This record gives sequence, C-alpha cells and structure tokens, in this order.
Amino acid sequence: MTEVGRARRRKEDARLVTGRTRWTDNIQMPGMLYVAFLRSPMAHARITRVDTSAARGRPGVVAVYSGRDFAAEQGSLPCAWPVSEDVVIPDHPPMAVSEVRYVGEAVACVVATDRYKAADALDAIEVDYEPLPAVLDMREALTEDSPKVHESGNKAFTWTFSGGDIDAAFTGAPVVVEREYVQQRLIPTAMEPRAVVASTDGETFTIYSATQIPHVLRVMLAVTTGIPEHKLRVIAPDVGGGFGSKLQVTAEEVLTLLITRRLGKPVKWTESRSEGNLTVHHGRDQIQRISVAAERDGRLRGIKVDLLADMGAYLMLVTPGVPLLGAFMYNGIYKMDAYHFACTGVFTTKMPTDAYRGAGRPEATYALERVMDELAAELGMDPMEIRRRNWIRHEEFPYTTIAGLTYDSGNYEAATDRAMTLFGYDKLRAEQADRRERRDPVQLGIGISTYTEMCGLAPSRVLGSLAYGAGGWEHANVRMLPTGKVEVVTGSSPHGQGHVTAWSQIAADALGVPFEDVSVIHGDTAIATKGMDTYGSRSLVVGGMAVLQACEKVKEKARQVAAHMLEASADDVEFDQGSFRVRGTGAAKTIQEIAFAVFAAHDLPDGFEPRLDADATFDPENFSFPHGTHLCAIEVDTETGQSRIRSYVAVDDVGKVVNPLIVEGQVHGGLAQGIAQALYEEAVYDSEGNLLTTTMADYLIPSAADLPDFVTDRTETPATSNPLGVKGVGEAGTIASTPAVVNAIVDALRPHGVHDVRMPCTPERIWRTLQSVNGGAA
Amino acid sequence: MPRITVTVDGIQYEEEVEPRLLLVHFLRDRLGKTGTPIGCDTTNCGACTVMLDGKSVKSCSVLAVQADGCDVLTIEGLAGADGQWHPMQTAFHEEHALQCGFCTPGMIMSAIDLLAENPDPSEEAIREGLEGNLCRCTGYCNIVRAVRRGAQAMSGQSAAANQEVPAS
Amino acid sequence: MIPAAFDYVRPQTLEEAAMALAEAGEDAKVLAGGQSLLPLLRLRLSYPSSLVDVGRLSELHGVRDEGDHVFIGAATTHYDVVHSPVVQAECPLVAMATATVADPQVRHRGTFGGSLAHADPAGDLPAVAVALDCAFVARSASGGEREIPASEFFVDYLEPALRADEILVGVKVPKLGPGWGYHYEKFHRTAQSWAIVGVAAAVRRSNGSIEEARIGLTNMGPTPVRASAVEEALRGTPITVPVPGGGNGGPDPIRDACGEAAAGTSPPADLHAQPDYRRHLARVLTHRAVLSAARA
Repeated sequence: MTEVGRARRRKEDARLVTGRTRWTDNIQMPGMLYVAFLRSPMAHARITRVDTSAARGRPGVVAVYSGRDFAAEQGSLPCAWPVSEDVVIPDHPPMAVSEVRYVGEAVACVVATDRYKAADALDAIEVDYEPLPAVLDMREALTEDSPKVHESGNKAFTWTFSGGDIDAAFTGAPVVVEREYVQQRLIPTAMEPRAVVASTDGETFTIYSATQIPHVLRVMLAVTTGIPEHKLRVIAPDVGGGFGSKLQVTAEEVLTLLITRRLGKPVKWTESRSEGNLTVHHGRDQIQRISVAAERDGRLRGIKVDLLADMGAYLMLVTPGVPLLGAFMYNGIYKMDAYHFACTGVFTTKMPTDAYRGAGRPEATYALERVMDELAAELGMDPMEIRRRNWIRHEEFPYTTIAGLTYDSGNYEAATDRAMTLFGYDKLRAEQADRRERRDPVQLGIGISTYTEMCGLAPSRVLGSLAYGAGGWEHANVRMLPTGKVEVVTGSSPHGQGHVTAWSQIAADALGVPFEDVSVIHGDTAIATKGMDTYGSRSLVVGGMAVLQACEKVKEKARQVAAHMLEASADDVEFDQGSFRVRGTGAAKTIQEIAFAVFAAHDLPDGFEPRLDADATFDPENFSFPHGTHLCAIEVDTETGQSRIRSYVAVDDVGKVVNPLIVEGQVHGGLAQGIAQALYEEAVYDSEGNLLTTTMADYLIPSAADLPDFVTDRTETPATSNPLGVKGVGEAGTIASTPAVVNAIVDALRPHGVHDVRMPCTPERIWRTLQSVNGGAA
Repeated sequence: MPRITVTVDGIQYEEEVEPRLLLVHFLRDRLGKTGTPIGCDTTNCGACTVMLDGKSVKSCSVLAVQADGCDVLTIEGLAGADGQWHPMQTAFHEEHALQCGFCTPGMIMSAIDLLAENPDPSEEAIREGLEGNLCRCTGYCNIVRAVRRGAQAMSGQSAAANQEVPAS
Repeated sequence: MIPAAFDYVRPQTLEEAAMALAEAGEDAKVLAGGQSLLPLLRLRLSYPSSLVDVGRLSELHGVRDEGDHVFIGAATTHYDVVHSPVVQAECPLVAMATATVADPQVRHRGTFGGSLAHADPAGDLPAVAVALDCAFVARSASGGEREIPASEFFVDYLEPALRADEILVGVKVPKLGPGWGYHYEKFHRTAQSWAIVGVAAAVRRSNGSIEEARIGLTNMGPTPVRASAVEEALRGTPITVPVPGGGNGGPDPIRDACGEAAAGTSPPADLHAQPDYRRHLARVLTHRAVLSAARA
C-alpha cells in the first residue's frame, strides 16, 4: 500500500503523550550550574555602573558577570540578511556593555548552584542607568529631531521594488482606493519557553537549545564566539513549538556558551514566560500604506505599497528580510499592470522583531485582501466577484506575476467553489440582509480571503540575489541497515510538525519498506551533519525532496547489486514494492536481502563500495505557491463591541499531501494564530517603552473556549516545481485567516459607515470605531 | 526545612523542601519527573497540570509543602503497570491532538478531570472545560475530538467493567 | 519565575493559626489555596516574610445552612462552593459567579475566602458579596472574632478590612428568600481572562414588576461597587418582554433605570479597557443582567 497520502498516526506521539520527553530544561548533568539574567528596566539608557560584589557573596553563587566581563569575547549577534546597500547593522552585544536599547536587554547574570539561588542573587546586583530618550513611534523616529536609537540614526534601510509602469496605472485610473493598515506587534509564544544547556570537556563544546535551527546556530556561534566550528556541536532536543521565534541566534545561547567556556562546567538557562515575552523576538509591527488603482468594472490596474517596518533596537538574524518576504506577495493571486513596493526599516527602543509564522506574507496578504474588500465596497460589488474578475484563471498557469514570480500551478476557482458551498455563502448573505433590515444589535459579517503565498524557502540563487547570507537547500542521508531497516537523517529540524512520520512515509514508498521499518534522525549537528533547518514552510518541499532523492540513489545502488546477484543487466531489473525483479522472469531479490548482501560484501559488483546509503542535497528551482479560499462568518454585538466567530471554512490547496492528518493539523493551528492576531493578541509598550504585556494574563492567547470548530477541506493541484508535487502548509492558515476575520468584522459594520477596525479587533476598539463613525448611535 | 511525604505516581517520597519550592520544580528537579513541563508563571497555560488527590491543579501554583500527605498523579503515571496507555492518551494520538506536545501532558490531565465531572460532554462543555489549558499548535479542533473519543472509550471501558460485575 | 524565600507554618487549629499569624508580624501572609498569592510570589511582586497555611483547617472548610444565612468557610474551594447543594439552593448567585472564576484547575485549589480577602475588584466574588450584603467573619489572637459587613470589607484596591493579624474564617451569605431571580454577567476578552466588567444582579419580582434589586459591579473602581442608583430606579419597574430583534424605539424602563449603572463609579484605565468604555459596558451589561435575573 502506498504510504504517501495516508493519514498515518504520528510516530512522534508515543513519548509526548506519556511524558517521556526530552525538553532542553529536562537535562541535568553532574555539577550543573544555573544562569539567571538581570535585564534592563529601561528602554534606553547609558549604563554608568554595575556592582556585582554583593551578589557574589550570596549563597550558592559561583560567578556574577556584567557586559564588561564579556566585552572582549562576546562578539555581536549576527544579522544574516543585509538587505540593501544602505543597510545599517549596529553592533549587537549579547550582553549590554555601555548602553541598553530595550526593556529586557541582558545587563548582568548570576551563575549559581541551583535556579532558586541564581534568581535570588539577581536582587543583589546594582546597576546605575543614565536615562536616554525612548524611541517608540516609527514616524517620529524618522523625523530630523528625533532622539537616536543608534548614532547612525533610526533608519535601518530602504528597499524598493517595481514591476510595470506604476505611474501609468494610477494616472487617470477611474478608481483609486488608498488605505493604511497597522500590523500590530505580536509575541510568538511557543508553548515551550526557550532553554539552553552548554557543556564542555575542556576542548569541545556541546550546546543544547530549544531552537529551530541547530545547523545555522552552529555556524553562527562559531563565527560569533570564535570557538572553531568543528569543536562545537549543537543539539536541538524535543522543541516545543517555534513559529519563527526559535529561528534565531540569541544572546542567551551565546552567553551560556561563554559561561561554560569560562567555568568549564555544564550550565543551564531556562526562560520564564514573562522573561520570554520581553526577550523572544517579536513579530509583525508594520505600518502599511496601500493604494490600488482600478477600472470601474473592478479590474486592477496597479498596486502601490509603502511600508514602515519596526526593526526594534537591533537587526537580528533575518529582521530586515521579513518585510521583503512580503514584497513579492502584495499582488497575491491577482493580475494587474503595475506594482510598486517601498519599505523603510526603522529602529526603535523595543525588542527586535523577526520571523513569526508567515513572516512578511501575512502582512502582504492582509493589506491586499483588506483593500480588495474596500475596492469592492467602493464599486458596490460583491467582494467575491471582484476577486473572480482579477484572479489568475486556472488555465493561465504557469503564470509570471507582476512581482516577477512564476506561479507554477493553482486553481483558485475550484478552491473558491468548494469553500462557497461548504460555507453556505448565499444563505449567510440573506441572514445578513435580514439582520440589517431588522437593525438587529447583533450584526453578521462575512469575510473572504483568497490568498496565495510563496513558501518552500528557497532557491539558493534567489536568496543570493536578495542578499541573504546562506542558501536554501536541504540535505538528507538515507541508509539501509544490514537487517533491512532504514535510517533517514534529515537536516530539517522539527519542533512539532511531524517530520519523523512524514519522512517515514516518503522513504517507505521510495524504498518499498514498511513504514515501521524507517526511523528518522534529526537535530544534532554531529549526526545530522548538514542542514538548513526548519522555517518558511520549507521542510517537506525542500527537506522531503532531499529524502526522496537520497532514497532514489539508494535504490539505484541496490539495483546494481540486485542485477549482480540475479546475473542480469541492471537495465532489465525493475523495482516494485521493495523487490528487484528481472523483467520477464520470476527471479527477484528484496531490498532487505540486498541490504544484507551489501553488509556481508562477499559478492558485490566490481568496485562497489560495501554500503547501501546515499546523501542528497536538494535545492529548489522555484518557490511553491499554496493557495486557498477562506470564509469567515462573524457576529458583532454593536452594543458591546464583542465579536464571535460563527463559522469558519478553509479550503486550502497545498498540492500533493503526504499525510492529510498532519496537513489538517497545520491548517487548524495556523488558523488559530491568524485569528488570534485579528482578535486577541498585541504586544503593548507604554510611553516610556515598558512592555505591558509581559504575562499570559495580559498577552491573550485564545483557549479552546475562545475559538470555533473549523471546517477544512482541500483541493489538490500538484506543484510542478518538485517531483513530490507538494507545496508546504505550515504558514497557510495564519496567512489566510487574519484578513478573513477582519473583513468579516468590517463587513458586519459597513452599513454603520465603518471601513476599518485596527487589529486586534477588541470589543473596545469595535465600540470606539462605532462611536467615532456615528456618534454612538449603534 | 519542612519534611514532606508525597506519593507521586504510586511511589511514596519523603523529602526535605524549602517552603518556597514549587510543586512542579519538586517533581521535575527533585524527583526527575520531567514529563510535567512549565509554560508560564501566572497560572494561565496549564501545561503543568497534574492531579492532586484526584483533582486537576496547576503544579506551578502549588507549593510542594502544600502537597504534603497528598497523592500526585502526573502524565508519567497514567499508563497502566503493563504500559497500557490510558484511553485519553490513545485518543490524543489517534485524533492527532498534539503537535509539539508541550501542552499535551496538562491537556490530557485536564481532559481526564473534565470527564470525571461530565462523562459525556458536548463540544461546548469540552471547550469550556479546557479553558485553563493553552495550546499554540493545534487550534484545539483535534483536542476536542480527542476528548470526545476518550470519553467514548472510557464509557465503553466502564460499561465493560460493569458487565463483569455479576448481576445480583 | 521563582518566589523569594519565606518561612512557612501550617498550624493545626484556627486558634494556633491566629497565634502564628500574630507572632509572624506585619510581613506575614495567610496562605489558603494560593491561587492569587503564588503568581504574585513567583513574579516577585510580593515578598512575605512567612506564610501561615490555613488551607487545611477544618474550621475554615465547608458550607453550612445557618437559618437566615449560609456560612461558607473561607478555605472552601471554589469547586466545593459551586457543587454545594446548599449554595445552589439558597444563594445561587454565589454559585453562578464562582463558576466563572478563572478555570477548573484554579477552582480546585482556589478558595472562596482567599478570593475575597485578596480584594481584587476585578475578581468575580466581591461584587456578589456587596450585592448580597454578606458579612465577613474574621478572627485574631488578640481581638477574638468580629463581623465585617461587605459594605465595609473592601477598603481599597487589594486592601480588605482585615488587620495584619486577622484571619478570614468565613462569609455569611444572607438568604434572600423566595421570589428572587439571579444572574452574573461577565464580560471578558478570553475565557480565562479577568472581567473587564461584571454585573451581579439579584431581582425580586412581584406581579410582573421588579420589587427590589441588588446589583454589584465588578471592576468598576478600586473596590466592588454597589449600583444603588440603579437599584432605586428599578423599584416598581414593569418587566416587559422586549420585541425580539428590535424595540429600540419604544419605552424601556428597565434599560432607562440601568442607564445609571456607572453613576459614582471610578473604573480603572488599563490594558484591557478605558474608563469610558467600562462605564458604557456597565450600563449595557447591567441591563442584560437585570433582564436575565428578572426572567430567571
């Protein structure tokens, strides 16, 4: 039976449901020491004095360090994406030495014999600060007389991109709609807080980290600390979610490693949630100015985007690249004559931003799908109709967009038709009309999002052209063991996605072995020696392809041996479900028999190395482009501003599906996060630059009781850019859902004169919006 | 330092603890029961949920001294002595109700507690009953399905157990 | 995060506990379920020198029908309160509000008295206590036992009228008798988050009118608020059934009466809402709570 396409239950689950997990914080070692960090309470200040002497005398304290102690060896946290010629990459010491630039920046640390004693001694460290002005608002930051975050100023970079003649598109356009949207700052909030363990035998170093990127981290730690790469081993044990937040080289990783180097002891740091809200990189935080020019019949002429992106205080691993990932997506699934994109990255005295689920693409999709609704309203057209008039028709693929990307495949009509049917679009529109008619205090809104995204990051050549510091390939090693079992080593490093199960399915089919006979190894640079890790919905599209290619190589080797054993020509040996058969005869050898024969090596073809394994590195030629249609019905209580999602339908096309169970799970989780941006979540800083949302009591993550059941379905248009036909699914739900929800809220309130509600659309914001448009007469 | 006696997953421990030691740190750091993780510091996320004398509690918000004389059941003690999973563990696996798995121990403990109160909960009752447990991966749909499936399996199990009792 | 060190005692009797608290001095705190206190300790927002654990004192546990009132022991868990047949029958408003406190795990550990003595105006129980005119029984080693009426118990934000050496023993909830309907209306952003505004309403009906109303407001000031103006305005108001999906035009005396709900309040400005919005919500939600209670 074919494995690919089956709803296999996950191999990962057994230890997760029984508590036999391997979280980084679980690790205990003899003589282990514990680190606690003292963090800046000031958004921006000069450090004038750090006195660690009292803390040193506290019970259990082994060492106390300030930034000065590390100044000579800590280097600067890396930014791997210098996006433009004019980019300013300020020095970013892991521990602040002379100046702090956001609340939460590490200024000192205690190393003690247990975590309680380490926390206690923090209270005894004295730090004097000379306050400097906080810089919090991006537009103010760009004015002449703004205080500066860095001496070089507050502009991090500018980046522009054009396709077609944008002036022609806007000049004389019958309709122009211009809007401004705010992508609020988000805190990724993986359930597992970060944790790091470093140990050493005096010469080599092993670092365990709750990271998405053990391979990238190894390179970067070597570069940052000067510890030679071959003396450094990075292990990502079980990692409890990431969503981009663990795609980072963090101060805590560098410092924990440096402390181990100094003390020669194993050292552990575990983040608390409130520490994490301050210091795990944040997401989004952009102001988007979007203009669309169209004909009276709704046909798009052009789109202009002017973006301000809040970098926070420093550029971290891919901070400036995040808005660029959206730059090619503001045209979405639509055809148009021209497109112009400009982005300015701005420094502020806040936690740096970086990748968060979707990274750049949710922002683009939000602005586009919101403005399409606005255009429809302006033209008095049904919002679905305006999309139909503009989208790329299925017979037009492959299609090169105005942003220069070639969408290999897609069928927007099919996904939309399916979604409309499941949703009961016409019936809900009728109910909406009825409620409007009755002036029901509870209004119904319908939100649409017809999205696509670019994922499967990424062709190395394209990354190079965008000034990214590394490639986008992925690696796999596949080996047949003497007993016919299979080990797959992958460079892709999972943190909940189900790689072990999916890779087992791919390998089982390719090699004709039972699913149970495949194990998958990952997340240790000493074992999975090459990798580009996990982000950007790339694992299956790139890493899965590497597994397939390695399996094909193994199979070809096995075919040589089979031919030799069967005394036939390799060309006459065909492979079917795990057996090599000589065409037209009954003679056959199973791949397991061949595996043992290779191990024994008694009788191999001349020159054949006695090993049945292979490496493959896959570098994609193109991105992949999942798409889909999401529909949301939402009830809005105009008296209180409370909104409630009544139904949500998501029909996604992620190409071929390896495991439908995993795909559905990814969609569900993505929806929850996208909806949470629309309704609940926002990182809020006060006027002094203090983060107010430091706990889960203030930064509101929805629970089961706050979310509806989702109706999900799929259409399947295989990707033509990879032999598996897969497109990736990690970010789709998040990208699509945010605009669907906000479109629904605005749709509910449009008769009241509302054309936008800022995210998150809290009851108070909705109420205030209604107040502002009609003086409170809801 | 207070001396406490606590039974955890069927084994009795006698330990001296600092009064401020949190039950979850006692379990994790002292007893090596790392199956129960910590996800927040404000009693919100529920990842650390264990049973204390048969009732679900957040072990990050209970002092170890408060558990003196009590019986604690963690995710590690759920399976039978023969290693047979609890029906709720099976249900989470079957319904793909976990991804990263960090919230899973707490979620499973809360789900079991929920069924003790209401053996046949509606979807709404399940969602409300799990309001004290946050998950960032699954969007909860499959968790709700798993709890329903677990409820069915457990009622089937108790029905079977009842059948074994000879009619009087 | 990790609490700072403190001493800990677990007395065996209420008398011992009162002594222990007196000896421990000003910086000591009473620990019952710990569901409000432990997060504060972990965030190091509170540094008590010692904790006197009263969580297991039998004198502080249980619900008793004492004739004209129900006595709820201070260390009775929310779970036990919600499941008490006496509470359900005699003071349903207490059961309704308690069922909305936090989440199931917290309700298993958290206690009725602990929640009230924390005196957080955003908590769900203080508004109920003032609406029902509960009496708080407190005990100290020096002063013996005294009763504090709910109207005097909530002094300020997180400040109950308990002296440093006093332990809350329990709360007397008056039985209102027949003819009353009850409702607790909680407005919050997520299921587990605090009330932005809450309204505890008890309404006595007679001949299709509201004869008497008792209304307490959650999170409308530094202490729970009794909406006396609304109570007054509701007296004698006919209970009309609003026209479904409309009726904004016609006379609506209950809605009019509830328009006074925010009178005299000083709601907080915080992350989740500004005062003017809370005032607006108080009016809307009081109307809804009163209607629900009137029809219960």
